Amino acid sequence: MADQLLDVKGLNCPLPILRAKKALKDLAMGGTLEVLATDPGAVKDFEAFCRTTGNELVSSNEEGKVFSFVIKRTA
Amino acid sequence: MNKDSNTKSMSLIVTKGSLDWAYPPFILATTAAAMGLDVTMFFTFYGLTLLKKKLDMSVTTLGNPAMAMPMFGMHMGMPNLVSVIPGVDAAATAMMKNLIKKKGVASIEELRATALESDVKMIACQMTMDLFEYTLDDMIEGPVLGGAATYIENATKCDINLFI
Repeated sequence: MADQLLDVKGLNCPLPILRAKKALKDLAMGGTLEVLATDPGAVKDFEAFCRTTGNELVSSNEEGKVFSFVIKRTA
Repeated sequence: MNKDSNTKSMSLIVTKGSLDWAYPPFILATTAAAMGLDVTMFFTFYGLTLLKKKLDMSVTTLGNPAMAMPMFGMHMGMPNLVSVIPGVDAAATAMMKNLIKKKGVASIEELRATALESDVKMIACQMTMDLFEYTLDDMIEGPVLGGAATYIENATKCDINLFI
């Protein structure tokens, strides 16, 4: 289980990224955030977001039409 | 700009003030800021109206030849000329606002507030303020006044410079 859960289902680009960024800021270093999204563009976007910001994308999954990402705050 | 460190930076020239064209600059600015970039937006000409306290943006079919709206399960083209028919642009605007809400797309007000919260630097073009007779009282709090030289100086230090 991640330390924090963020549900952005139904929201479109760039809101999943913006909300995730906000949630990550409140997390302690090393903490994890799980994001639930329905925007298919979020898959590539979270990869790019993590690469650029230096946070770790621990996992990226799809179940049904819901995408889930676990991000570890490392930056 | 924070060029001493490894911080990347982006500048955008925002020239258009319609509802559809307001999106690209605010989406890119907020996302870049979320990704750790220093962002500067320079608002000029019709883009300046995006800094008004009360936004009243609309879309027009005029000069928008590729515009097609999802309707009746298909995409309806919006011929340029229908714009002259009273009510068409108002209807297109209402339709766009409805789609924005339905598809979970952020409002411009929300993106603008997020941009300010994430320290996006906003410059209001002084010349445009004079030209269209605006004062800072008409605008939200946050933007500073500047001109072309202010923008250029900033842009020389940026990794990404966009004109929208």
